[in-house]
Amino acid sequence: MLLDGINAIRACHHKEGHPHHHPHDGAAPVETHTHGGREIKVVRRVLDANDIMAAANRKRFAEQRIFVLNLMSSPGSGKTTTLEQTLQRLMPEFHCAVIVGDICTTADADRLAASGAPVVQINTDEFGGDCHLAAHVIEKALGGLDLEAIDILIVENIGNLVCPAEFDIGEDKRAVILSVTEGEDKPLKYPLMFRECDAALLNKIDLLPYLDYDIKLAAANILQIHPGIPVFETSAKTEEGFAPWLEWIKTCAKEKLG
Amino acid sequence: MHEMGIAMQIVEIAAASIPADLAGSRIATVNLKVGKLSAIVPDSLHFCFEAVSRDTALEGARLHITEVPVRAACNACRNEWTIDQPAFTCPACQSADITLLTGRELDIESIELAEEEN
Repeated sequence: MLLDGINAIRACHHKEGHPHHHPHDGAAPVETHTHGGREIKVVRRVLDANDIMAAANRKRFAEQRIFVLNLMSSPGSGKTTTLEQTLQRLMPEFHCAVIVGDICTTADADRLAASGAPVVQINTDEFGGDCHLAAHVIEKALGGLDLEAIDILIVENIGNLVCPAEFDIGEDKRAVILSVTEGEDKPLKYPLMFRECDAALLNKIDLLPYLDYDIKLAAANILQIHPGIPVFETSAKTEEGFAPWLEWIKTCAKEKLG
Repeated sequence: MHEMGIAMQIVEIAAASIPADLAGSRIATVNLKVGKLSAIVPDSLHFCFEAVSRDTALEGARLHITEVPVRAACNACRNEWTIDQPAFTCPACQSADITLLTGRELDIESIELAEEEN
């Protein structure tokens, strides 16, 4: 392994002596002369801008007393169908709204609007065809919602098990959906996603009789990455196994809303 | 998959880190720390960085990535270890109550300015 930044700077100090403190502001970097150009210490998270916007979103959600769930999955795992059923069952008790991300269609938004919940569609095309929803995109979408009238906001993220895990959007809880057509080892291949989530759904269990799928192994793999999280075995089509999943959302929402 | 956006942020932060009294300097190297648990593919990041740094103070700069291992501490038995398999329980006492110490980094540590030609 090569020297990391800090070690490199220390090494330079020993060799060259005096670091120069930059006079302009408090966060100013330490500079050192090296034999080839100057090294300037930066030490900043690359996703700083996103984290700051996510914190602002989180503050706003707290002020407006809105419970926010970030729903993630790979494409085709049944995210939209799960959300349709979830909204239908939550709506009598809670005022729900949805932000749905899609790279370039409005098909999901059209389906979800049928539930009666306000839906804001985001096409990430205009944000460069992004593979995830970033905090500033959510902030923009909030402009299309009456926040006063919402108890639960569900964000249907872009279908992708990699990138959305990296971006905080200001949510309270994260859930990931994996379907039983996807392979039991997915949690081990995408550890960050399963590590970052607070609950997991193993969806499409109505297909189990037709598949050579070890659902116990899939659940065990999820728990190997994130011990202790609830794993719900569901079928969005038949609504089998939905009760514990809905109970989890309601409990989390009530914790926040009081 | 989101390496393009990450690369753009790196270029933006690095360019903004050039001190005002050295405005116009070019950056030769960006030192980046990437945790092994972060969802970054270094090859893709290098490729995107090269593309987005064109026509900026970072054109031709080297992106030096240091990978940071995933280190964890057990809150039950105080064991500390490196996670190199996809399993997140304490190997000593099997507790699931663990804290990740490192491995989620995506940090710009420093930039190195190109040597001035007189």
